[in-house]
Amino acid sequence: MFQLALARMREFYREPEAVFWVFGFPIVLAFALGLAFRNSGPGELQVGVAAGPGDRAVAALLDSSPQLAATVLDTATARLRLRTGRIALLVLPGDPVVYRYDSTRTESRLARLEVDDVLQRARGRTNPAAVRDDRVVAPGSRYIDFLIPGLLGMNLLGSGIWGVGFSVVQARQKKLLKRFMATPMRRSHYLLSFILSRLVFLILEVVALVGFGRLMFGVGVRGSLATLAGITILGAFAFAGLGLLVASRARTIEGVSGLMNLVMLPMWILSGTFFSYARFPDAMIPFVKALPLTALNDALRAVMIDGAALASLGAPLAIVAGWGAVSFAIALKIFRWR
Amino acid sequence: MAVAGLDLTIAAGECFGLLGPNGAGKTTTIEILEGLTAPDGGVVEVLGEPWREGAAGRALRERLGIQLQETQLAEKLTVAETLGLFRSFYRRSHTVDEVLALVELEEKRRARVATLSGGQKQRLAVACALVSRPELLFLDEPTTGLDPHSRRQLWEIIRRFRAAGGTVLLTTHYMEEAERLCDRVAIMDHGKVIALGTPRELIASLGADHVVDFALKEGGTPDDLVDILRAMGGVTAVRTGGDDISLTVVELHRALPALLALLQARGVELSLLTTHHATLDDVFVALTGRQLRDT
Repeated sequence: MFQLALARMREFYREPEAVFWVFGFPIVLAFALGLAFRNSGPGELQVGVAAGPGDRAVAALLDSSPQLAATVLDTATARLRLRTGRIALLVLPGDPVVYRYDSTRTESRLARLEVDDVLQRARGRTNPAAVRDDRVVAPGSRYIDFLIPGLLGMNLLGSGIWGVGFSVVQARQKKLLKRFMATPMRRSHYLLSFILSRLVFLILEVVALVGFGRLMFGVGVRGSLATLAGITILGAFAFAGLGLLVASRARTIEGVSGLMNLVMLPMWILSGTFFSYARFPDAMIPFVKALPLTALNDALRAVMIDGAALASLGAPLAIVAGWGAVSFAIALKIFRWR
Repeated sequence: MAVAGLDLTIAAGECFGLLGPNGAGKTTTIEILEGLTAPDGGVVEVLGEPWREGAAGRALRERLGIQLQETQLAEKLTVAETLGLFRSFYRRSHTVDEVLALVELEEKRRARVATLSGGQKQRLAVACALVSRPELLFLDEPTTGLDPHSRRQLWEIIRRFRAAGGTVLLTTHYMEEAERLCDRVAIMDHGKVIALGTPRELIASLGADHVVDFALKEGGTPDDLVDILRAMGGVTAVRTGGDDISLTVVELHRALPALLALLQARGVELSLLTTHHATLDDVFVALTGRQLRDT
């Protein structure tokens, strides 16, 4: 079994593409998303001022606010830019002043508040209550803090299913599985060798991604490292089981690729990797929460962001373990050995 | 049903060949014997044991060496790593160095499988079968698609294995290979054994030791000519196929001049004339009316 696991690992690290997808890709993704959503705030809001009497004065006034950048635009250009989201709001100077914007866009509503504030103050409004801004950037509340545990979960899912699925189906397609069947090798050893080799790579994956988040963005782990390790091991086992299940019957790489996407795509979207699943309609939430990746992401975030203890994570971890155990059992039952 | 009504006994220490065209049922037969395919019925015993699930089956597998027809070994592993992996499945095995010496791949021990030539890959596949120190070696078309040099290297490996007391069951569709390697052969066609014996016995069963193939310049095979040839002394069989006529003859030195005299008397010219010693190919043609190589 050790030799099988060793062979599996050698095949893996001699495949540069696979190494990139497992280690490089999540890091590149974290880097890109971390930069895109870095906490410099939304930046200057782009607003348009419709060409007409008094347009320049209004534009100059709005520009003087540090939060706004105003441009004078003719009607056609303004409409186009508004539609494509390049300006958040269009001001039509006059009496009354008209704000044209899409009220479902957060940015536009922000611009509406800011523009109105600037214009009203310029016309002489004073604030009856004195206020002061106290800005805080707390680690743990940034997007990158949300993202890193999600990427970790996604990576465990991807490498579990890809790593196991492809090698099983490839061995079956190349009749290598049949050749192994012609030796005294125990079948359970073959399946366990996947789990063993996954475990070794798991350590590297987790260290790479968590270490990167730490160094680059200062994403810390609030909970204990041992708890984090325990959760990732459980997740890796569960997804290796799922990978075996996906690969248990397929005869061709094409066939198994389709199955893998069928399994993984819904989870990437639904399980709160890139954004909170609370955005989905309430009716979907129980279903979303029953997915293994959702449960794993919840548990990882609880540990990394909230510093939760292992004992408080019983429910999500039970879901992860349940998926793993059930899919492993079914895989063992229906596995096509030749 | 790929195979039906097969009744074979293979003795310890012999080299037994299953011979036949593609689709004759050779692979099905050998995989049933290897315990990889379950037979629909009948009795299979290997080294005196029936195939069983679990520990008994694994104990039997310890004593076998198996090379399958289509296995592609992991390309990213080196030769030594591949052998190390297969070695780990057995309790009592050759070391990697020993088995590399057996198949003369010592200089390739660090090479990745992907970089090996066809002949080297095949020798590695046989090495994976030999690593278990088998009593019985199964080889399914070990030399198909190999160049003559690689083929001879593999024959040499098989001969050495036998010299050390091993038993071999191999399938092939090269009659020459069977004649050179096998003590006994079973010729298979459409899932049945149509002839069984030593290569010498099977060739002797033709009742003649030479085959003359010829074709006429104007083409065709006139019926009256075929009748005259059948009646000619020393000719045991006449076969026609397309424009070719094939005679099985006992005494080539008498039959050939007689044939030439006959053709001259009829005023026809030859466009082809060849003769060869009768082979297992001719046995197959005599039994089935088909050429082995074309099928």
